Amino acid sequence: MDCKRNRDMKSPPPFPDEVLERILSFITSRKDRSAVSLVSKDWYNAERWTRTSIFIGNCYSVSPQIVIRRFPKIKSVTIKGKPRFSDFNLVPPNWGADIQAWLFAFASAYPFLEELRLKRMTVSDESLEFLSLKFSNFKALSLLSCDGFSTDGLAFIASNSKNLIELDIQENAIDDFSGNWLCCFPENFTSLEILNFANLNSDVNFDALERLVSRCRSLRVLKVNKNIQLGQLQRLLVKAPQLTEIGTGSFLQELNLQQYAELACAFNHFKNLHTLSGLWEVTSVYLPVLYPACTNLTFLNLSTAVLQSDELAKVLGHCPRLQRLWVLDTVGDAGLQSVGSSCPLLEELRVFPADPYSQDIFHGVTESGFLAVSRGCRRLHYVLYFCRQMTNAAVATIVQNCPDFTHFRLCIMNPHQPDYLTDKPMDEAFGAIVKTCTKLQRLAVSGLLTDMTFEYIAKYAKNLETLSVAFAGSSDWGMQCVLDGCPKLRKLEIRDCPFGNAALLSGMERYESMRSLWMSACNLTMNGCRLLAQEMPRLNVEVIKEDESEDCVAEKVYVYRSVAGPRSDAPSFVLTL
Amino acid sequence: MSIPLEHDYIGLSEVSSMKNSDNNISTSSTVSSEDENKNEKSNDSVLKTDLRLGLPGSESPERKFESGVSLSGKELEDGNGNNPFGSVKNFVSGAKRGFYEAIDGSGKWVFSGSEVVDSGKGNVLFSPRSGKGSSVNVLEILNGQKSNGSSSNQGKDVSLTPKSAQEKKPQVNEHSSAPAAKAQVVGWPPIRSFRKNSMATNLAKTTDETEGKSGSGCLYVKVSMDGAPYLRKVDLKTYHKYSELSSALEKMFSCFTIGECRSNGIPGGEGLSASRLMDLLHGSEYVLTYEDKDGDWMLVGDVPWEMFTDTCKRIWITKGSEAIGLAPRAMEKCKNRN
Repeated sequence: MDCKRNRDMKSPPPFPDEVLERILSFITSRKDRSAVSLVSKDWYNAERWTRTSIFIGNCYSVSPQIVIRRFPKIKSVTIKGKPRFSDFNLVPPNWGADIQAWLFAFASAYPFLEELRLKRMTVSDESLEFLSLKFSNFKALSLLSCDGFSTDGLAFIASNSKNLIELDIQENAIDDFSGNWLCCFPENFTSLEILNFANLNSDVNFDALERLVSRCRSLRVLKVNKNIQLGQLQRLLVKAPQLTEIGTGSFLQELNLQQYAELACAFNHFKNLHTLSGLWEVTSVYLPVLYPACTNLTFLNLSTAVLQSDELAKVLGHCPRLQRLWVLDTVGDAGLQSVGSSCPLLEELRVFPADPYSQDIFHGVTESGFLAVSRGCRRLHYVLYFCRQMTNAAVATIVQNCPDFTHFRLCIMNPHQPDYLTDKPMDEAFGAIVKTCTKLQRLAVSGLLTDMTFEYIAKYAKNLETLSVAFAGSSDWGMQCVLDGCPKLRKLEIRDCPFGNAALLSGMERYESMRSLWMSACNLTMNGCRLLAQEMPRLNVEVIKEDESEDCVAEKVYVYRSVAGPRSDAPSFVLTL
Repeated sequence: MSIPLEHDYIGLSEVSSMKNSDNNISTSSTVSSEDENKNEKSNDSVLKTDLRLGLPGSESPERKFESGVSLSGKELEDGNGNNPFGSVKNFVSGAKRGFYEAIDGSGKWVFSGSEVVDSGKGNVLFSPRSGKGSSVNVLEILNGQKSNGSSSNQGKDVSLTPKSAQEKKPQVNEHSSAPAAKAQVVGWPPIRSFRKNSMATNLAKTTDETEGKSGSGCLYVKVSMDGAPYLRKVDLKTYHKYSELSSALEKMFSCFTIGECRSNGIPGGEGLSASRLMDLLHGSEYVLTYEDKDGDWMLVGDVPWEMFTDTCKRIWITKGSEAIGLAPRAMEKCKNRN
């Protein structure tokens, strides 16, 4: 075989680099690519030359320079920044994870960058402007749970990104000055396929939106915010019958007969709709217009729609193919009964609390709702369930019915709450989960839990990758068990648990094979953290110090592996040990 | 009372910016969410006199004391003399941070649960069981209670400790410590801010349970039903949503076979009864109508509950056929579609 490149290898390679690269370019999975890069130097090189999409799970684990040195041909970048608990206000503002440094590096190394997907990063308007100007081929921007920018930044993107295909702005904490950004799309701009501004608050110019939707013939995802009224929605829908994902605006407007008929007619055309969301302020009078569009629906997101059980039941009756369902707990156990009976193909269920701070247990869902779902939906493998009461027995039955859980996130909203029937801790519930669900990758625990729970997890949850713990455990032993017993653990986040230095240090060797560890309001001290930092130089051990805590207490600790060394941009309240 | 005012200023007390709450001295660092206010409203007096300040198992000495929010601990511990003003100072500094956090957080005024809590020392001070001169401090605090609602706040703080074996029963009667606990723990339940905000607006529009309708009188209206030999009277103030009224009327008039005047009685928020009324139209003979302030006869269920109670003068349970003319035409259209 010909060797077109010079190589110092002892034996001739089986085929030329070009062939190897061509073959490897078909490999898209990150894990596979990592494996490939470990085979040999040649394979490492071939892999790095053919990788076009990079995923950085922790923006501080690696530096922009290292990334661009290794991968010369990146077109798509996904970066996650802050620890997940920042979503719940546990991380002070200005913590970091700013995208700008990355953009500077990418501007010279990847001028043809096409996609940027950010989660929990800080993005300024200047960065958005920079992005829109420096990357002429830029196509897709997705910002999830980010902060630091405003609608002015969006205006830059709209104005300058001539090839934009996707603009997905979700759940961000931004300054919403006005909806004028939407007007900034030039009149000859037609490439948009995905537009999601559902979580923005200000009014957009409807005419501009209507014109945009009319001229973007490839638009397939349109998720508007709640300021778009029903009448306006109808006008958008008739202009875009090719949509496969719709996020409606407010569903409250009073319609006259003709408008109602027109709306129903508009929805009637969407036989290929697979995702539906929005439905703010929905009243049951208008729900029927949706029914014809639900035949092929696989994802129904009702988490912003206050529905009662009968209303949900009626809707679900029209959604036989539903695979993912997000609802509010206003539907109650009765509503979940109808989930069980109407949606046999259901794989994912998320139940959010409409009123999370209410103490009233007569609202919301209980264990019986969950049981009802598990009886009818045997394929269920992802659940996020907020409730106010639960029993060990119910959970045991649930996992018997659905043994294929990969993601089990149970949030019993009152901390330290035991099984309400037996008054015992909820240890057995989680024991049942890990024993039965061998494929479990992600687990979030709640309720009154002793170290027993963690013993169970350590013993059985051999595929566990992410574990979230709050208000649980009795001693260091719990955490030690988990660190010892879960070989695939990558992310461990703990708050308000009685785990101390001994537990932290017992996992020393583990942290290098994990993405990160978060511990807040536990029993850690500065000395313990210093010791960890000393023993494990390739870990970044950071303590977030806020004013009021005593000097020796380590209130919030974030430990992560990094090849980039300690942060150079840490604010004053983040101490790197 | 100057000190509670101070608390108000720095946002410690529960005088929420969103709803006017009356006598809320209870928790210092509670979130000013409309939802919490309703939890606190009934138990102020209970809280003030509640001596159960240290919870069982709360003497855990593990945690070091976090200065700041909790009134307990340092000052009292050191000086053994209760200086309410000193404590307030502590409050202020703690509150400052709480305020800061709140502004940058979800707009809720909470303290980090960890800070608020417990210091083993704090608990020791307040637990009647512990030694350490606690009795003296407790008394001083009780004495000082009138002038600075702080002690009840302290009690709250103490009871907040996530470490302590908190109230086992989440039942509604456990108002004294549970709501505060919930309210004061930052980031719990773990729901993202955008979702909290969107629910807040949704609930404000559709729920009316948040307003404490405490003792603002009663509102009796006559209820007449076709074919019934006599009228009844109901107090609209005792109900909070249409389903409750509906089921009450059903019970009241069941002896006159009201038929399928269904009331689902489904808990969970204000269910606009459009669908139920449609059920009535479909299946039952009888329809709920009412006479409003203007003397017009209206269909029950069209307007939000509060507006209904404000404008309703009398109720008439009428035969369905006579009420058809009242139903919105859109609903009829729906009926035909179905």
